[in-house]
Amino acid sequence: MIVNKAGSPLYATDNIKPDTRHGVILYAENVSVSFDGFKALNDLNLYINDGELRCLIGANGAGKTTLMDVITGKIRPDTGKVSFGQQIDLLQLDESEIALAGIGRKFQKPTVFEALSVFENIELSLAGDKGIWTSLFHKLSGEDKDRIGEILDTIGLLTEAHYPAGRLSHGQKQWLEIGMLLAAKPRVLLVDEPVAGMTGQETERTAELLTSLAGEHSVIVVEHDMAFVRSIAKTVTVLHQGSVLAEGTMSEIQSNPEVIQVYLGEDGDSEPKQ
Amino acid sequence: MQLSTLFQKSITKLSHLHIVVGTLFIATLYVTVCNLFFTEGSLLHVSNYTVSLLGKYLCYALLALAIDLVWGYCGILSLGHGAFFTLGGYAMGMYLMRQIGDRGVYGNPDLPDFMVFLNLTELPWFWAGSSSVWWMVAMVFIGPGLLAYVFGMMAFRSRVSGVYLSIMTQAMTYALMLAFFRNEMGFGGNNGLTDFKEILGYSLQNPHTKLALFIATAFALAIGYFISNYIVNSKMGRVITATRDAENRVRFVGFKPEHYKVWIFVVSAILAGIAGALYVPQVGIINPGEFSPLNSIEMVIWVAIGGRCTLYGAIIGAIAVSYAKTRFTAIMPEAWLFGLGGLFVLVTLYLPKGIAGLLANLFDKLSIVKVDAAKGDIDKEKVADAEMKS
Repeated sequence: MIVNKAGSPLYATDNIKPDTRHGVILYAENVSVSFDGFKALNDLNLYINDGELRCLIGANGAGKTTLMDVITGKIRPDTGKVSFGQQIDLLQLDESEIALAGIGRKFQKPTVFEALSVFENIELSLAGDKGIWTSLFHKLSGEDKDRIGEILDTIGLLTEAHYPAGRLSHGQKQWLEIGMLLAAKPRVLLVDEPVAGMTGQETERTAELLTSLAGEHSVIVVEHDMAFVRSIAKTVTVLHQGSVLAEGTMSEIQSNPEVIQVYLGEDGDSEPKQ
Repeated sequence: MQLSTLFQKSITKLSHLHIVVGTLFIATLYVTVCNLFFTEGSLLHVSNYTVSLLGKYLCYALLALAIDLVWGYCGILSLGHGAFFTLGGYAMGMYLMRQIGDRGVYGNPDLPDFMVFLNLTELPWFWAGSSSVWWMVAMVFIGPGLLAYVFGMMAFRSRVSGVYLSIMTQAMTYALMLAFFRNEMGFGGNNGLTDFKEILGYSLQNPHTKLALFIATAFALAIGYFISNYIVNSKMGRVITATRDAENRVRFVGFKPEHYKVWIFVVSAILAGIAGALYVPQVGIINPGEFSPLNSIEMVIWVAIGGRCTLYGAIIGAIAVSYAKTRFTAIMPEAWLFGLGGLFVLVTLYLPKGIAGLLANLFDKLSIVKVDAAKGDIDKEKVADAEMKS
C-alpha cells in the first residue's frame, strides 16, 4: 500500500509523483537475485533518467527479464534497493500497487484480454480506482471514451475497436498491449521484445511509436533485434551474467572491447543470439 | 415479409434478460394455472408431483447459474459447489426440524428426534436461534458465504489455480461430507434432517404450499439471473473475464485479481446456498450424501452441457440433464452415470459451446439468411435506380 505522509492510502489518481529532483526516475542498486544458487542478477546497478529511452540488451540468461520482474514486483530480490524516484520503495509494493504507482509493463509474449473487445481492453487499463465496488457500479464517462479513442488512434486500432482482441494479428496485439500501458498514464514503460514477430513495416511503426513516447514517459526496451535497437536507442545498457557490462551510445557499445570479447569470444557472433 | 422483419426486429431488441425472465414467468404462470384450475384427468392438468419436480429443477438451475459465474466467467473450476448448496440446505433443514415441535416420534417439544435418540438433554449451542425464520435466512447467506470467503482467501491469496484448486474444492466438500456423517457433529448423522411438517406455519403436505415453494424458486431464479446478468455485463464482469484469460496482465494493469476472485466466489456460494435452502422443503430431506463429490461433478457437467459462459446455457443445461436423469433413472437406474459420462464426452467433442452454442449458431444462420435477403432487396433497388437513370 502506498501511503501519504498522513498515513492514508493513495491511488494512481491521487498523483503520487516519484521524486525526480536528481533527474533519475528509477534506481536499482546492488540488486542480486538467485534461483537455486544460480545468480540471475549479480550486484546490478542501473539508473534510468526521467524521460529517456533506454535499451537493454544481452544474451539469454543475462538477466533482462529477471530485472523487469524485480522492478514490477513479480520477484523480490535477495539483496539490494529498487526505488521509483527517490522516495517510493518498490520492494514494499506488490504488482498491482506498482502498476498503480505508474510503472507499466509489456510482456514478452503479447498478453491481452482475448475475450474482450479492443475497446474494453483499453477501458480496463485506464487509470483510476481499481476496487471491486467501483467496478461493479462503474459507468464510462464521455471523458473516458474520448481518452480511449485517442489511445486507439495512437496505436492505430481505431477501426478494430469492437473486435474481440483475440482476433487481432500478432503485431496488433503487441500494439494493443502498448496502448493498455498508455491508458494507465504511467511514468515508466517497461517493454519486453516489442517487435518480436513483426513485419518490417510494423517494426518501423513501433520504433516511431516508442520514440514518440520517450520524453513524456521513460521507456525501457528489451530487444534482441539489433537493427531495431540501433534505430531507436540513444543509450544502450549491456547486461552480462546478471550485471551491467557496459553502458553508452550504440557506437560506443559496438566498439567496447569487453562487449566484443563477450559476444565474439563466446560464440563468434557480433550480435547476441535469440 | 413485413411481418417477419417486424418479428426479426422485435427479437433482436429483446435482450437475453428479457427472454429468460419472460420464459420463466410464462412457464411459472402456466404451471400454476394448470395445477390449480384443471382437475386430474384433464389434458392440461399439471400434477402436484410435477410441480415439486419442476421446483427441484429450478433449484438446480439456480445452482448451475452460480457455477457458471465462477467457472464460465472467472475460470475457477469448482468441483465442490455441492458444499455450498448443501450448507444452505442444512440451514433450512435445521429451521424445519425446529418447526416439527412435539409432533416428532419422541414428542419432545424442544429437541428434534435424532437428538433425543442420541441422549442429548439440551440443544447444542449452534442450534440456538434455529427456530427463527430470520436466523435461517441469515444462515443461508452466512454459512456458504463464510466458507467461500475463508476458502477463497486462502486459495486465491496463495495464487492456487487450475487443477490444484479444483482438487482442493473437491477435498473441501468431501471433508464436510465425512464430518456431517458423524453423529457427534449434531446435524443428524447419516440420516440427515427429515420428517419436516411445516414451513412458516403452512403444512408441507399441502399441494398449495408446494406450489408456493415452486413459485418462490422461480422468483429466486429470476432474481439470481438478474444479479448474475448485471455482474457479467458490468466492468466487474469484464475484470473477471480478463482474470480468466490473463491473470498476470490484470495484476499489471493495477487490479488485485485475488480480491475479485474471492468476491465472485462468495457471491456464487451464496446463490448456491439459496438454491439448497429452496431445495430442501421441496424434496423433504437433507443428508450428508448431498456433499458427495459426485454431486458436485454432476453440477459442473450441467453447465458444460448447457454451455458455459452463457448464463441461460447453464439454466438450460441443468434442467435438460436433470430431466434426462429423471427419465433415465426410471428405466435403468444403474446405467445413468454411464449415460451422463457419455453425454459429457459427446458434448465436449461435438458441442464445445454446449446447447447454448448450438442455439446461437442456429439463430445466427437465421439472421444471416435474413440479412442476405435484405441485401438482395437493396441490390434490386440499385438495379432499378440504374435502369431509371439510363
